[in-house]
Amino acid sequence: MDRFRMIFQYFQSNSESVMNGICGLLALASVKMYTSFDFSCPCLPQYNMAYGLGVMFVPPVILFLCGLILNRQSLVMLEEWRRPQGRRKKDLAVIRYMCSSIVQRAMVAPVVWIVVTLLDGKCLICAFSGSMDPEKFVGFANVSTVQVQQLLAKVPCKDDELVRNNTSRKAVSRYLRCWSQALGWSILLILIIAAFLARWLRPCFNQATLLQARHWSNYIDIEQKIFEETCCEHSRLFAHKCILHFFESMRQEIKLHSCSLPGEGEGPEGEEDLLRGITDQDQVNKLLKMWYYEKPPLDVS
Amino acid sequence: MDKFRMIFQFFQSNQESFMNGICGIMALASTQMYSAFDFNCPCLPHYNLAYGLGILLVPPFILFLLGFVLNNNISMLAEEWRRPQGRRGKDPAVLRYMFCSMAQRAMIAPAVWVSVTLLDGKCITCAFCTSVPVETLGNASHPRLSQGEIERVLARIPCKEIYNGQQLIANEVAVRYLRCISQALGWCFVLLMTTLAFLVRSLRPCFSQAAFLKSRYWSHYIDIERKLFDETCAEHARSFAKVCIQQFFEGMSTDLVAAHCHLPRKAPADAGEAAEKLLGITDRGTMNMALKSWHRCKPPLHLHPPALPTGNGWAGEGQPPTHPTAPRRETAAYYSWV
Repeated sequence: MDRFRMIFQYFQSNSESVMNGICGLLALASVKMYTSFDFSCPCLPQYNMAYGLGVMFVPPVILFLCGLILNRQSLVMLEEWRRPQGRRKKDLAVIRYMCSSIVQRAMVAPVVWIVVTLLDGKCLICAFSGSMDPEKFVGFANVSTVQVQQLLAKVPCKDDELVRNNTSRKAVSRYLRCWSQALGWSILLILIIAAFLARWLRPCFNQATLLQARHWSNYIDIEQKIFEETCCEHSRLFAHKCILHFFESMRQEIKLHSCSLPGEGEGPEGEEDLLRGITDQDQVNKLLKMWYYEKPPLDVS
Repeated sequence: MDKFRMIFQFFQSNQESFMNGICGIMALASTQMYSAFDFNCPCLPHYNLAYGLGILLVPPFILFLLGFVLNNNISMLAEEWRRPQGRRGKDPAVLRYMFCSMAQRAMIAPAVWVSVTLLDGKCITCAFCTSVPVETLGNASHPRLSQGEIERVLARIPCKEIYNGQQLIANEVAVRYLRCISQALGWCFVLLMTTLAFLVRSLRPCFSQAAFLKSRYWSHYIDIERKLFDETCAEHARSFAKVCIQQFFEGMSTDLVAAHCHLPRKAPADAGEAAEKLLGITDRGTMNMALKSWHRCKPPLHLHPPALPTGNGWAGEGQPPTHPTAPRRETAAYYSWV
């Protein structure tokens, strides 16, 4: 009994900690992906904005979807949502609770990507260098419009021959990076304050409903796990019986055909049991052939 | 019972996690292969496209096939597909389920290769450098060159050391352009794959959950049944071998006794286990003869049943009645010499 309880507690805590672990791993993976990704701004007027904003927003979508896919509980929630009512009523509060916990965990990695991108600054410099007002910067003030667009577009590329030693390029770059980092830190601060408030103020509202929802969502999760385990165990026993029946029917067939001695069951008990009456090369070959050509029916009654 | 259940659950979960582990290892192996591979663009007009696209598409195909080969369940699927119907009907849903789950796992490493290749950019740069839009990116003022000349110059873009078209179009500009396109394709590809995976996973419970549970149960069943059958056969083979060898030694012992015409002198009191295990062979010459006989003339794969405990001579299959040796001592009194 104690062992069962320990196993259940393990499963219960394990499910949560497994999900938290996956969440953390995805966040680390997103940082690693960003550092290993070779960001190379095209430095062309129409392409910069698309590239910069694309790199800032497409990977978070991918990471969010990954977070949903890798979370086992999302499947459980979907099944619970779509199942026919049957004899068990559906509780929408439980489904809402599961949904919100899944989405919260899945949002961590995308937010980490966006914050790291902003704090690093390359994406925003690439995306918005072409939208700068050239009048603010000395080097670009008295240049024709078309050329200024070209020059501004090349600001993210330090080694380009056109802007290599241009001090205004550095000024634009610093300006954009400052904005980018300010935005990054602000977003981080706002999110942390929001998380703090949500966690701190939650017990003030609907604590009882929350406890119920959490209990039943854990229950659904564990119930599904145990159902799968029981099915596995059942299929093992089914297979065992099926094979025994098969050997038994082979033995009877052999007895019928070869009219061998009635007292075959005697003798060293252990070995005879394991041999199951099959004591001949031909008999073994026949058994193996029958197994392939005519598998026994799935009926062990 | 508890212990069996726990061990079996471990095995069952282990099988799934084992296959997921292989899947992950192959994905890591594909990134490692890509970084270890020394990409060498030929920088010639028609070879670039072939080389670039070849590197992009051939290794994923190989990895896909490898994913199937390394999966143990492929033989199980093939067996279930090809077996004669016999007394057990075949369920195509189960076959489909098994094939789909194997194909999904096998697709991961190729997808990783293609994404890493596209995000790195070298392949697309190599393959499409001759298609760079020179009019928009290049310098307006350059001497008129024939189409073939332009192609030859552009083909050298990936090889910076031999590039000689700096007046036509700057190398960095072209490389940045191509790499931007390649990375955009890469991210779109990853987004597409992830969206597909998400849709497949989330739409399944909405439509065919009952059928899915059924297929999953029966595919596990087939796997377990096959393993149990193999175990049972192995057990059987072991017992078969044991009895066969035992009968061989008994036969040897009988022959020796018949040849030397002396009764086996086995001290009744202290015979014990040691004498039993000797199986009637107690000196070097006899042992050598037994070994030679085992090599030259293995016994047939036919175990004669043990003699009946009743006194009648049995009308057996023509086997000579075996002399009761030490292991059967306790029943020796019941055998009759016929």
